[in-house]
Amino acid sequence: MVQQVKPLTSSEEVLKSIIQRLRTYLSRHGSLLLTIAVFILVYFIGAQLYPAMRKPQVFFNLFINDASLLLVSIGMTLVILSGGGGIDLSVGGVIALVSAASAALLRGGMSPFIVIPLMIVLGIVFGALMGWIIQFLKVQPFIATLMGLYLARGLAYIISLTSVTITNDVYRTMALTPIYIPFIPNAYVYPTTLVGPIMLLVAVFLSFFTRFGRTIYAMGNNEQSALLMGLPVPRTKILVYAFSGLCSALGGIVFSMSLMAGYGQFATGMELDSIAAVVIGGTSLAGGVGNVIGTLFGVLIHGTIVSVLQFNGTLSSWWTRIGVGVLTLIAIGIQSVFYLRKKR
Amino acid sequence: MKQLSFLKRIRDSQIFWPLVAWILILVFNAVVEPGFFKLGIIEDPVYGKHLYGNLVDVFNNGAPLMLVSIGMTLVIATGGVDLSVGAVIAISAAMGAVLINPALGKQLITNEILTRNATNTPLPIIIIANLAAGMACGLWNGFLVAKVKIQPMVATLILMVAGRGIAQLITNGQIMTIYYTPYFWFGNGYILGLPVSIYIVAAVLLISWILVRKTAIGLFIESVGINAKSTFYSGINEQNIKLFVYTFCGLCGAIAGLILSSYVHSADGNNNGLNYELDAILAVVLGGTLMTGGRFSMLASVIGAIVIWTFTVTVYSLGVPANALLAAKAVLVLVVILLYSDYSRRLINRLFERGGSQHGTAS
Amino acid sequence: MADEIDIVKMSGIAKTFPGVVALEDVDFSLRRGEIHALVGENGAGKSTLIKVLTGVEQPDKGTIELNGELAHVHSPEHSQELGISTVYQEVNLCTNISIAENIMLGREPYRFGSIHWQKMNEMARKAINRLSIDVDVTQPLENYSVAIQQMVAITRALEILSAKVLILDEPTSSLDIHETNLLFDVMRKLKNEGIGIIFITHFLDQVYQISDRITVLRNGKLVGTFDASSLPIVELVAKMLGRSLTELDKLSKVKSGEEKAEEKHRLVEARGLGRTGKLDPVDLELNANEILGVAGLLGSGRTELASLIFGLDAPNSGSLTVEGEKVNSFSPFDSLKRGIALCPENRKEEGVVGDLTIRENIILALQARYGWFRFLSRQKQNEISEEYIKLLGIVTPSPDQLVKNLSGGNQQKVILARWLATNPKVLILDEPTRGIDVGAKAEIQKLVLNLAEEGKSCVFISSELEEVLRVSDRVAVLREQKKVAEYASGVDDKTLIQAMAGET
Repeated sequence: MVQQVKPLTSSEEVLKSIIQRLRTYLSRHGSLLLTIAVFILVYFIGAQLYPAMRKPQVFFNLFINDASLLLVSIGMTLVILSGGGGIDLSVGGVIALVSAASAALLRGGMSPFIVIPLMIVLGIVFGALMGWIIQFLKVQPFIATLMGLYLARGLAYIISLTSVTITNDVYRTMALTPIYIPFIPNAYVYPTTLVGPIMLLVAVFLSFFTRFGRTIYAMGNNEQSALLMGLPVPRTKILVYAFSGLCSALGGIVFSMSLMAGYGQFATGMELDSIAAVVIGGTSLAGGVGNVIGTLFGVLIHGTIVSVLQFNGTLSSWWTRIGVGVLTLIAIGIQSVFYLRKKR
Repeated sequence: MKQLSFLKRIRDSQIFWPLVAWILILVFNAVVEPGFFKLGIIEDPVYGKHLYGNLVDVFNNGAPLMLVSIGMTLVIATGGVDLSVGAVIAISAAMGAVLINPALGKQLITNEILTRNATNTPLPIIIIANLAAGMACGLWNGFLVAKVKIQPMVATLILMVAGRGIAQLITNGQIMTIYYTPYFWFGNGYILGLPVSIYIVAAVLLISWILVRKTAIGLFIESVGINAKSTFYSGINEQNIKLFVYTFCGLCGAIAGLILSSYVHSADGNNNGLNYELDAILAVVLGGTLMTGGRFSMLASVIGAIVIWTFTVTVYSLGVPANALLAAKAVLVLVVILLYSDYSRRLINRLFERGGSQHGTAS
Repeated sequence: MADEIDIVKMSGIAKTFPGVVALEDVDFSLRRGEIHALVGENGAGKSTLIKVLTGVEQPDKGTIELNGELAHVHSPEHSQELGISTVYQEVNLCTNISIAENIMLGREPYRFGSIHWQKMNEMARKAINRLSIDVDVTQPLENYSVAIQQMVAITRALEILSAKVLILDEPTSSLDIHETNLLFDVMRKLKNEGIGIIFITHFLDQVYQISDRITVLRNGKLVGTFDASSLPIVELVAKMLGRSLTELDKLSKVKSGEEKAEEKHRLVEARGLGRTGKLDPVDLELNANEILGVAGLLGSGRTELASLIFGLDAPNSGSLTVEGEKVNSFSPFDSLKRGIALCPENRKEEGVVGDLTIRENIILALQARYGWFRFLSRQKQNEISEEYIKLLGIVTPSPDQLVKNLSGGNQQKVILARWLATNPKVLILDEPTRGIDVGAKAEIQKLVLNLAEEGKSCVFISSELEEVLRVSDRVAVLREQKKVAEYASGVDDKTLIQAMAGET
């Protein structure tokens, strides 16, 4: 409680209140603003270096190319936010499994309108299973989702060791029909590209407007307190992994549509890229801090780095790894500083 | 009476359960596929007479994992984890390949030069550089964990992500093939009929054991893992212990990388050591060291690694298609999870204990 | 003003844990609109009593009546339903979410399937205004001080749980004077609304500032319930320590104080040693062949003093000199090297390494001093541990037993052995006989006397006045993080109690 001792003039008061408001806003949203700033910076540097990058389509390509990564990272964000070492290493495996299973089923003649919901259910059940093992068998999320990864990818390999092409028309339409962006000439996305942003909105709603989301944040901060406050912690933990499974399944569907194939080797290493995107986006691996909007920009930053390298043409793709690694390091460093400051 | 106490000591020791697991797999093989155990002697033009067979494969191919598990054991015993070991393997393999590369620094590069069986740097120096690179990686991890006090999973994640990039940087993005035959000895050679890699693992295990059990380091590691605060109050420098274990783990990763790249005659920044960290953690968990830290046994972790590889080779030799191996491994992880979970531990403890242990008193 | 109606009445409560009698025939009552302080030193049974009331533990004997009706509280959730709510020192809230959420989550209002933030914020604002606190409920809890966080916890208890009984467990430990007064204003307000408050604290001044009645527990037994207005603080302290004021005059001095003719060999000298927030600057001397007793209630700064001398904390004022050399580096390792050892107060968290054996626990500090490479051989380890097992009478079938399986008393002996094994010049013992049986207590006291005779300097910190007087050559008294007095041997406990109570 701040008690003012001397009365200020009205203009001084206004100024003081503005500064106070600004400071509150910055402390609340500073991390997100920083991530957005980094994205703009990297994009700007890229555009300066490579004029071809200045075309508006390049921006939309970020969404097209990283559609699956975005989906998977949304689920990953909520899992990491829920704290307790929460992490989902199975995402790449689920994508591979969903793609391989879809391709096999479609080739077998099943209708895509059955295949797609079926895959979604698969993802949800898979995630819920891992969540249950984590909550009730008290297994560390790292190990449990690692097993999930092996299981999912392993099943994908069993379904088919080689790439299976998808010829289904519905898939093709979804994958190839351009949707033109109004007001921007020569800019388009595909239907599959829209799934990510839609799930983003869903995740935003869940995070900020439902008890589920608020419980996730509470748990991430202090699981014991959340329990004592009467929040449904065990149920939420299982649900959050189920949600991640849902996102991974959607990612798998989008992936298989974009590539018109199903393959056990799809999306290897995507879990790492996803974790990096989430961390760069400002979410702390300890839980309770961050949000999915930051993750969106984390994914965009990832995509921008990849684009810059593509435009360069000479540097190999492994520079992406280093770039992402350095950015992750910086992000973690900044978070640590903030965390230490708060502790004091 | 003496016999009983010896048996009891085995049962109480940490190597008991991983040994049981291994024996179970071997028994399974004995029943289902006795051909698994076939051992033969083969005459190799380069390396002379040596044993060959599934069991030999298990130890030869499993050597890198065994090494990494040794290092990982100590890290986990302090309550931490090292996710970057796979990346360290890649980096050390890359170092080796690059230093050997006869084409390095030459103006004119012809195919003849590239594939020449020669090295640009003497082999001992390569080995030293390799190990030094691994230790530097480990030191970096240790620094982040001990001094900057970042959570181990987070700290080692950084090197895990960036490390492969670094490996690629060293090899200029290419998969480098090695043609220098003396280098191949580590992964392919034989001494007295057994693969060199086994001797390396045994040597590392022995040296580690001496280092950790014949000095106070092992005691301090366990103490830090069990109760870091009390350990600090007793005058022990927790930071130095942590620096040590992470550096040591990096060293183990480097040796593993040496053997691996020697075995496949190449360095591939993308694929060398892929998923090794996860397998190593599994081996340590199988070996009975708790992920929360405390009592550890490097031998038990090595046995855990052997279990994983025996399992793998068993699956192959059963004729299970290669594509099902991963799923089988998942089942293995699941079984390990269930067996080593809190519930099972408590159940087993209750089965073995006569008369309950004392419970804590009220505070 | 407090009514005479009892909203809580606990009668004849008894509770035993393995090896320890926590409560024995304790009565406790709380009236409507009353602030009732619950005091007692460590091991008195306060926390157990509260755990019984809140359903965390079930009593072995005794009854609980709520509003005149017999009640059986079978779980913490159940106690909350019954209107009993506890706010702990570590506020059990989530600091990353807003104050409004911390108050309302669980009963949050919805609109069209989503959380109605505006309404929730309004409701939270109204709730917290009930306590006359002015905060921005939309801000995350971590932006506010611990004092405010406690208010929020209290608000949640009142709001969500419609609490009629509020238990505040050491609420002022992290608060400064202004914040404490703030809390007291809130407490008075709630009292006027008829809420009954149980106030657990070790700050006796605060007890008198705010409480209507005081209940004193000691070693699991009820000493008595008194009106605050008719119990002078000196008597309160006496009762907490198990003495009655009339008896005190009769007791003789326990250790005769002959002035030792020889020059005292000064081992440690502290001048103005202090650390803000932990201990006000203190002057102290520790001499060889001498035992310095430190008396003071919980929270008086005893452990902080020990931490500073042992190097766990670095002081930010004053200096510490050991054998003539000024101390510049503060760490347990450095202190060990200088020959200073600390047997800490909280043996479970700061002393015992549970999964290590007795042998390993005993040689741990000694090994720390030798470093990584001069490893004590197994034979030497056995020698040392067996020596101390015998010396201290540690009950165990073998030195290879895990320490976590030992009783509390034996664990304490193991920790003591650890420090004795380092052959220190100065040995600081913080509550060394807590939770130990009478026989062992005597053994340890005798041991300490022997150590002093051998030339060591001992610091004996304890809330048991009897043993402090029995062993000490000098006694320093701490109160509210200051050293308020120092007496030579021959002082009587009445004087000590008066010093501890703040009357000299």
